Amino acid sequence: MLDYVTSYLSSNTTPGQAGNLVWALIYILIVFGGVSVAVMAMNWLERKALAHFQIRLGPMRVGPHGLLQPIADAIKLLTKEDIIPERADRLVFWIAPLIILCASFAVYVVIPFGPTHAITDLNIGILFMLGVSSLSVLGVVMAGWASNSHYPLIGSLRSSAQMISYEVAMGLAVVSAILMTSLNPSGTGTLSMIGIVEAQQQQQIWYLFKFFPLGFIAFAIFAIAMVAETNRAPFDLPEAESELTAGFHTEYSGLRWSLFMLGEYAAMIAVSSIAVTLWLGGWLRPFPNALTGATWDLAFSLFPGFLFLSLAAVAWVGVIRMPKHPYFRIQTLGLAGFGSVLGLIGLVLFVPPVRDRIQDIFWFTAKVAFFMYMYIWYRATFPRYRFDQLMRVGWKVLLPISLAVLIGTAVAGMVL
Amino acid sequence: MSEETKSPPPGSAGEPKPAGQPWLSPLVTKLKTRYGSGVLEASTSLGQNCLVLDSSIAHEILNILSEEEEFDYCVDITAVHYPKREKPFDLVWILYSFPRNQRLRVKTMLAEQESFPSSIPIWSGTNWLEREVYDMFGIRFDGHPDLRRILLPEDWKGHPLRKDYGIIEQDQEWVQTNLGIESGQ
Amino acid sequence: MPDSTPHPSPLELGSPDKTFLDSNELILNMGPQHPATHGVLRVILKLDGEKVLGVECVIGYLHRGVEKIGENRTYAMFNPYVDRMDYVAAVSNGLGYCETVEKLLQIEAPPRANYIRVILTELNRLASHMLWLGTHALDIGAMTPLFYTFRDREEILKIFEKYCGARLTTHAFRIGGCLYETYDGFEHDVKKFIDFVPPKIDEYEELLTSNRIWVERTKNVGNISAADCKALGVTGPVLRASGVKWDIRKALPYAAYPDFDFEIPVGANGDTYDRYLVRMQEMRQSLRIIRQAVEGLPEGPIMAKVPKVMKPPAGEVYHSIEAPKGELGYFIVSDGSTQPYRVRVRPPSFVNLQALDLMVRGQLVADVIAVIGTLDIVLGEVDR
Repeated sequence: MLDYVTSYLSSNTTPGQAGNLVWALIYILIVFGGVSVAVMAMNWLERKALAHFQIRLGPMRVGPHGLLQPIADAIKLLTKEDIIPERADRLVFWIAPLIILCASFAVYVVIPFGPTHAITDLNIGILFMLGVSSLSVLGVVMAGWASNSHYPLIGSLRSSAQMISYEVAMGLAVVSAILMTSLNPSGTGTLSMIGIVEAQQQQQIWYLFKFFPLGFIAFAIFAIAMVAETNRAPFDLPEAESELTAGFHTEYSGLRWSLFMLGEYAAMIAVSSIAVTLWLGGWLRPFPNALTGATWDLAFSLFPGFLFLSLAAVAWVGVIRMPKHPYFRIQTLGLAGFGSVLGLIGLVLFVPPVRDRIQDIFWFTAKVAFFMYMYIWYRATFPRYRFDQLMRVGWKVLLPISLAVLIGTAVAGMVL
Repeated sequence: MSEETKSPPPGSAGEPKPAGQPWLSPLVTKLKTRYGSGVLEASTSLGQNCLVLDSSIAHEILNILSEEEEFDYCVDITAVHYPKREKPFDLVWILYSFPRNQRLRVKTMLAEQESFPSSIPIWSGTNWLEREVYDMFGIRFDGHPDLRRILLPEDWKGHPLRKDYGIIEQDQEWVQTNLGIESGQ
Repeated sequence: MPDSTPHPSPLELGSPDKTFLDSNELILNMGPQHPATHGVLRVILKLDGEKVLGVECVIGYLHRGVEKIGENRTYAMFNPYVDRMDYVAAVSNGLGYCETVEKLLQIEAPPRANYIRVILTELNRLASHMLWLGTHALDIGAMTPLFYTFRDREEILKIFEKYCGARLTTHAFRIGGCLYETYDGFEHDVKKFIDFVPPKIDEYEELLTSNRIWVERTKNVGNISAADCKALGVTGPVLRASGVKWDIRKALPYAAYPDFDFEIPVGANGDTYDRYLVRMQEMRQSLRIIRQAVEGLPEGPIMAKVPKVMKPPAGEVYHSIEAPKGELGYFIVSDGSTQPYRVRVRPPSFVNLQALDLMVRGQLVADVIAVIGTLDIVLGEVDR
C-alpha cells in the first residue's frame, strides 16, 4: 500500500497520462479543494487589502483580524432564503450559475503546478483552457435572461459583449506566446501547458522577457484582457452598484449568488494561471538559468520556508499587539494558533524531501498570488470604464496592438 | 444713507410698506417715458433697487430689461401673499446683469386667479422657479410648457405658502389616501 | 409613499402593449432610493438604447416647508432651520441668512466676527468640496478617494465641533455676529490644518487628474456653454467651469472678503473634467483665504449691538452669498414684527438641477450619474 502511494508520488507522469483513474480523482479533489480554499482566502484578502488601501481596517471581529470572515460569509449565504423571481424561467435560473461554475472549474484540469503535477496534460492544453473558459459567457447570458427583469438582462448582455470582445485580444496574445514555444531546438511548438513551461526552461528565458518588448507587450495585453474577461475593475460596469444596470446576478440570492462569486474568483485564478504559465515561467523558480548551481537551488528552495516563517512572525506580532482585554482572549489564542500553524508549515518546508517537491507548486502559487493582489490593487485604484469606452479599448486598442505583436513575434522568431 | 421711514398710508394696514427713496437712473427714465403710469414705483431701499410695475406691462418690461438693459440672469422668481390687499399677490423677480454687475428687483401685483405670462422665453431657467411659485401660491403662468406641482405631490390640494393655509394644515384627502392616516396629527 | 396617480409625464411610452424591447425608446427610472443620486432624487430617463434623449427630475421628496416655517418663527429662531437645507455646507447657509437679516436691521457685524465667519465658511467650503469629490469619484467607480477625503474632512469637523459643538448642522453664527468666541487654540488648529491639507489635495489630484480612465469618463461629458448657464441661472463652479469668471465674493463682496486676496479658477470647456479642476482649485484658494484670515484676525467684539427683540423695520431685502454650490440667496420681507413676513431661500442646487436635462442629452446612461455628481446637488437644498 505504502509502495503504491510513494510510487505515484515520485512518478514522472501526470495521472491523466498514466491513465490512472484513482490518482486522477485524488488530484481533482486536491485541486478542487485547493481552489475553494484559495477562493476563500482571496475573499478575505480582497476585503482586508481593499480596506487597507482605503485607510480602514476591514473585517476584524470574526476571528482574529477577520480570518474567519469567509467562513461566516459562507454560512450566511448558505442559510439564506432562496428567492426565485416569480416569473423567472426556473430551469435556466437554476442552471446558469452551474454552467459558470463548471466552466471555471473545468479549466483546472490542465493547469500545471509542476512538471508532472497536473491532473492531465492535454496536448492542446491552452486551447482547451481558452475554449472552456469561454463557456462562462453562456452562463452569464442565461442568468440575465432567466431573471425576467430588464436590469439583469441589460447587464448580462453588456457583460457577455465585454467578455467576448476581450477574448479576441486574449487569444491573439496567447498565440504570440505559443509562437515563441516553437523556437526550441526541435522546431515544433506545443499547445500543452506543461510543454510551454518546459519550452521556456529549454530556451532559458521567461517569455515575458523574450524579444523584449514584444513578449512584455503580449503579456500586458493578456493581463488587461484577463481583467476585462473576469468582469473586474476597472471593467466592472456590468456589475457595479452605482450604475443603472446592477448586473446579471441581481436576482440571485444566497447559495446561487455564492456560486457566481465562486465562479468569478475561480475564473480569476484560472486566467492568472494562464498568464503565469505562458509568460512568467510557470513553476520555474526565478532565474532558473542565470543563477544555476546547487547553492542557488538550495537558496531558492529555502524561500518557501522563510516565507511561511515570516508570515508566522507577522501573525505573532499581531498576537502581541492584541489588546489585553479578556474579551480578546479567544481571538488572541486563535491568532496564536494560526501563527503557530504557519510556523509549523514553514518548518516542515525546510525538511529536504518536502522542500524539493514543494518547489514547483510553491513558485506557481506565488506567482498566481501576485496576480490576485494586482486584481485587488486595480479595484482599489481605478475608476470604472464606461461601457462604450470599454468596448473601444477592447477592439480599437488591444486588438491592433496584439496583431502587431503577433506579427512582430513571428518576424522576430524567423529572423533572430 | 439715511432712510425716510414713511408711515403706512391709511387704508393699507397690515401690508409692509418698504421705506425707501426714489430711484433715479437712466433706466427708470427710459421706462417711465415709454410706459408712463405703468411703472408704479421705482425706489431704492437698503441699497437695493426695486421697480414696481403694473401687471399688464410687466412682461414687456421684463423683455426690455433682458434684451436692452443686459439683465441676462434671472436669479429668482418668488411671490408674497398679502391677503388683505386688493391685489393680494406680489410677484417678484430678482434680476442680475453680468456686464453691469447690477441687481434689480422687479415686482408686480396680481389679483386672485390672475395669471401672468411665463418668462421662459426670456430666461429658460425660470421653468422650475415658476413651477414652484405655482405650487406654493397657485399663480398660473401662461405659456409655461409644463405647469404642474414640483415640490408637492401631483394631487395635493391647496397652496401652502398662502397666508390662509395653516402651518400645520395638511391636505386631508392626500394624507388619507396615501399615508392611511387621518390628518391633523 | 406610493406614487399612485399617473401624472402626464412628457416622456410617455407609446403603446402599452409594446414591451420595452419592442420600442425604440425606453423609460428608465432611477428611483428615489439610489446610491448615486445623492439623496432622494428621482430621475426618469428616456433612452434610445444607451443614448439619453431626455431627463425628467422628480423632486420634492425632502420638502419640509422651510419657507412656511420661517413665517412662524422669529428671526433668531429661524436660524437653526437654515442649516438643515444644505446640510453639507451648513455654515454658509447660516452666513447668508444672518447677513440678510443684518441688512434688514441695518447693522453690521464687527470685523472680528466677519473674519471668524470667513474662516468657518471657507473651512465649510473645503468640507463640502471634499465630500463632493469623494462621492463623485465613487459614482464614477474610484472607491478610494472617498475614504481619503472623508478622513481629511474629519479634521474640519473636529474644528467645528470644538468651536460650536456640532459637526454638521453647526448654527455657528448669530444675527449680528458670532455668539462664540474662538476657543483657545483655534488659530493653532486652523494653521495646523492649513499645513496638513495641501499634500492631501495633491494626493487626490495624483489619483485622479491624470488618470486616463478618469479623464475619459469626465472629458466632454455634460458640456454646458456659458450662454446656457446664464440663461438657466446656473451659478457656482458649474458656471465658472464654463468660462464665466464670476464669483459673488468678488463681484458683490460680503463679510470680510474684500480684505483677502484670492483668485477665481475658471474652466474652458464646461465639461465634467473642468468642473472637477475648478473645484480642486477652489479648495486651494479657500486655503489661501483661510491663511490670510487667520493671520490677520483682528481683536474686538464679536457681536454687534442687536436689540433683544428683533423687529426690523418694514421692508424687503435680497442678499446672496457664494455657497459652495452656487449663489445662495435669501429674500426676506419684513412687516415690522418679530417674525418675517416671507422668507424665500434661493437654492443654488434647485436652479442648477434644471440644467441636468440639457447637459445629458445625447450622452450615455453612465454619464447621467457622472453629471448628477458633478452638479453637486444636495437634496435638502433642492427641496427645502
